[in-house]
Parts: sequence; C-alpha cells; structure tokens
Amino acid sequence: MSAPFSTFELMTVAAAREIRDGEVVFAGTGLPMLAAMLAQRTHAPGCVLVFEAGGVDPRMLHLPMSVGDSRTLTGAAMAAGLMEAFTYLLQGGRIDVGFLGGAQVDRYGNINSTAVGNYLQPSVRFSGSGGAADVAALAGRTVIIARHERRRFPERVDYRTSPGWIEGGDSRARAGIRGGGPAAVVTTLGVIRFRPGTKEPYLASAHPGISPEHVQAETGFPLDLSEAGETPPPTREELEILRTTVDPEGVFLKRH
Amino acid sequence: MRVDGTGSVIDKVISLEEAAALVPSGATVSIGGFTSQRHPTALLRALVRHGVRDLVVYCHSAGSDVDLLIGAGCVRRVEAAYLADGVFAPIAPNWRRFVEAGRLEFEDYSNAAMMARFSAGAMGLPFFPVRSMLGTDLLEKEGLSAEVRRTDPTAAPKKAAVVNCPFTGESVVLVPAIRTDLCLLHVQRASPQGLVRIEGQEFLDVQQALAADRVIVTCEELVDDEELRREPERNRIPPFAVHAVVPVPFGAHPHSVHNCYDYDPGHLALYAEAARSDDAFRAYLERFVFGPSDHAAYLEAVGGPEHLETLRARSGLGYNPELRRRP
Repeated sequence: MSAPFSTFELMTVAAAREIRDGEVVFAGTGLPMLAAMLAQRTHAPGCVLVFEAGGVDPRMLHLPMSVGDSRTLTGAAMAAGLMEAFTYLLQGGRIDVGFLGGAQVDRYGNINSTAVGNYLQPSVRFSGSGGAADVAALAGRTVIIARHERRRFPERVDYRTSPGWIEGGDSRARAGIRGGGPAAVVTTLGVIRFRPGTKEPYLASAHPGISPEHVQAETGFPLDLSEAGETPPPTREELEILRTTVDPEGVFLKRH
Repeated sequence: MRVDGTGSVIDKVISLEEAAALVPSGATVSIGGFTSQRHPTALLRALVRHGVRDLVVYCHSAGSDVDLLIGAGCVRRVEAAYLADGVFAPIAPNWRRFVEAGRLEFEDYSNAAMMARFSAGAMGLPFFPVRSMLGTDLLEKEGLSAEVRRTDPTAAPKKAAVVNCPFTGESVVLVPAIRTDLCLLHVQRASPQGLVRIEGQEFLDVQQALAADRVIVTCEELVDDEELRREPERNRIPPFAVHAVVPVPFGAHPHSVHNCYDYDPGHLALYAEAARSDDAFRAYLERFVFGPSDHAAYLEAVGGPEHLETLRARSGLGYNPELRRRP
C-alpha cells in the first residue's frame, strides 16, 4: 500500500532507484540532489556524491539549494573546486552516474538547456550548459529529469547542449565521445529508456494513472510502448524519509 | 596603499570607491564565486555607481553578480557556461531578457571548457584541451559574429577547434586561453599585503586570479600577514599576484560566504522578481545601488544588523541551519 504522493515525489524516488550502492554520483541542482540524498538513506548508503563546485563526498545534513551551497560540505572528504571536480573526477573517468535536467529532450536523449528558437535572438533563453554538457559526455551513464510535454519532447532539440545518443546507432561514438550516454529519462509521465544498438527510445513505464497512449500523445517522436509497465510507486518509507529528512523545509518539494 | 622607503608596497588596502575606480569602461573582467556564493557584490555595486560601461565579462557559473552588471547596462559581452541563482532564479532574469532582446553579445561554453580556458590563461598557455563539447551545438554554433572575432581584440579568433591528438589520434577540443585585465574576488580573509585565504570550495577563484593582470580582492576580514603565514597550506593566492585589498564585511550579500553567512532568501527572491522588467529593475537599482551612499547604507537598506544576524553561519557547519529558505 502506498500513501498519496506528488508527481515530483514519484520522480525523485524513480531517479533515486537509478543509483546503485557504492556508485559515485555527480548531482546537479534540484531534484537530483533530493534523489541522491534519498538513495543514500535507503538502498544505496554507500553511494558517494560529488558536486561540480567542489564539494566531494559529504555527509549532508541539510538540502543544498544549488551545487555551490555550503550545505554540500558538511562532513565532506574534500572542499575542492571546479578543477578537481571536472578535470580529475569527471574527465578522469571516476563518475559512475550523472543527473541532468533540461528544457527540451529529444528522441535520442539529447538535451537543450540553452535556447529555444533562433540561437542568437531566442524566444526563450535558459541558464546555459553549466556542467551539463560535460557530465553528458563524461559520466559513466546519465539519468535525465524532464517535464513531459509535447513541445518539450521534439524529434530534435533546437540546440544540442548536452549530447545523448546524438542520432542513434553508433553516432555518439563516431562524434568522438568515449562512452557514457543516457540510461533513462525520468519524466512527469513515465520513464523512457533506449534500446541497445539502435538507441531507439521505448517507454519502460508510465506513472500510476497515466496511460502509455497519453505518454505517446505528449511526445513529439515515436515511442515503442510494447513493454510499458507501471512505475513502482514510492514506498511509505521513501516518502517519509523524503519529507522528514531530505527536504523537511519543502525547499523543492513544496514548489512542485 | 602605502609604500616603504625602497618603493615596496607594504599595504595594499584601499576603499571600495578607490577599487571601483581601478576598473575602466571596456575592461576585460572575471568575477570569482559560483552561482549564489562568494561574489564581490559590494564592489560590483560600486562599479555600477561609477557608471562603468562596455565590460567584457568572463565567468563559469555566475548568478546575480553578473546579472546585476548586465541589468545595470555595464556589460558589452558575457562569455559563460551558466547564469542562475539556484532555486530562487533558475534562469538569471536580466541575462534572459537581454539575450532574448538581442541587447548583449554572448558566447556559450560548458563549465569544464571555461575552467580549461581560465587554466590556460593562468598557466601561460594559448589553449587547453577538453573532451567535452564534441557532438554538441556548443561546438557548432557561435554567439559572436565573424566580424566581432576579426575586429575586437578581446574576442578569441575562433570559439574552439577539434583536433586529433598527435599521440593517439583521438578527437579532442581545444579552447582558447582567457587573459583578463582584472579579476575581482571576494574571500573570507586576506592580509593587507594581499595574501589570500579561501575557506570552503575554491570554485575557480585561483585560476581566474592567475589569469588576470590585476587582482582586486574584497574580504570579510583583514588579517595580519604573519598570522596567515603560520598556516601556509591554507593560503591560495600569493601576495605578489594581488594588486589591492578591500575589507568589506558582508561584501558578498545577498550571496553566501562559507563560515561567515548564508545567502539571503528574501533578497534573492526580491531580486529575481525585480529583474524581470526594465522598470522594476531600475527601481531595484535606485533602492539598493544608487540610493545607499556606501556599503554601510546598503546593509541598512537590506534590513540592517538585526536582519544580517539571521544569516550568520553556525560554527562547524559554515551556514545557518535555521535559515528559512521558503519566502
């Protein structure tokens, strides 16, 4: 039995379950920080967090509001900087899983967090890559978090900030990227994964109460629905930890 | 600034207004800190009051530091990876408005690429290789026009170049070095001679400082040089690389300074709202930048000592665990 939960809570739990115990996790601002803290307090107590601004392997007591927050330093192994985080830990190949968000996500898991419309004078300008393009290229695998609406899931993103499977098949390797790639896209409607080899997207699960057909209707490219199950709902324990330990103040939970 | 009998500088302490006067219009500038942390905002407000224009600003992940300069009309170009104030402004609002209206030159890189560019400048190299940007529009699309690249000496002739490694044949991306006229930093402690101690994350402050011709450091606390030299392993920038030092308590408000104070949620929310239109932002500047005659008056305008006390970091944590972050 499950208690009532919000879509944001369901997504956070689904994202947390992508983390395996003992992995080194590069966590960005927002939902990924909640997911990583939740994973540490449930099934992956040995996972290690790295923040791009320099917090390395903390034992956080309070939720940070961004990756540069002092809260990422409590009990940390190191307070370093961008040089250590990006050059040695990420580019050096020590990050197992990275989390990414974005305004647009396309058929092959490429992400736009730069601009919609004409790049030079866009209809909407976003924050920019930050470390996302680096994480997308260099982490062992990535998990993408996104709001699922048709205009945000186009066949091709307007601007490819962070590389996914590029154009499918072996195009990522041909672009010179050494490994990595998106493992899952956790959205407000379900979880999308990619076929080995072709890198074609399929719906792994739709969230409780959402039909696979509805997910397809909100997606601007064809999704294989043949294996779509239901996203397992959060357990009482996960919700309890999320609400009372990870974000009791509602810094993120109460904005969604 | 004081000089001894042999001409050596023995004291680099100057006022905020004197520091602002060291930044001419048209200068290339980098600003330390990261999103909502440790930016030299008191100095930036002084620059706005001085009417500096046409700055070329280089950063990696900026927040309402660079966004303030953009909104006040001080900036000609930004080369950056990211501009946002965490949960308070997921997109820096003036940045967004100015780019959408075509009112700002800009160039996008990733954080690792900007880190590499500053590192090259600090190391005296013309470029630095990164593995990022392959297969992205960061490589394919340019913000700066060919004409700007040809005619503006502050613009790199190329945004980036993909080359094959001469040893392995792998594709790597070369990004051009950044050297700036000035680097503006805010840190916890510095000595009057310019020795710098940074607590918490360094971000990219050291590389940015060493990639600049002149470094101006504002600090929470001025400390004896001898005291800092007792623990040299904790110091990050040598005095001979620093041009001037300005003691400014709460000099990064509304941003946080590890071990000193937290970010100010109320003010960051107020900023994010004001920066959504020209009129509201003009009113913000009147109230918090042009109105207060100096930094002390600014601190009064944002709530005075009683309010600032609520931001004070708790010893052992470096932030305030009681801070209310939901307005």
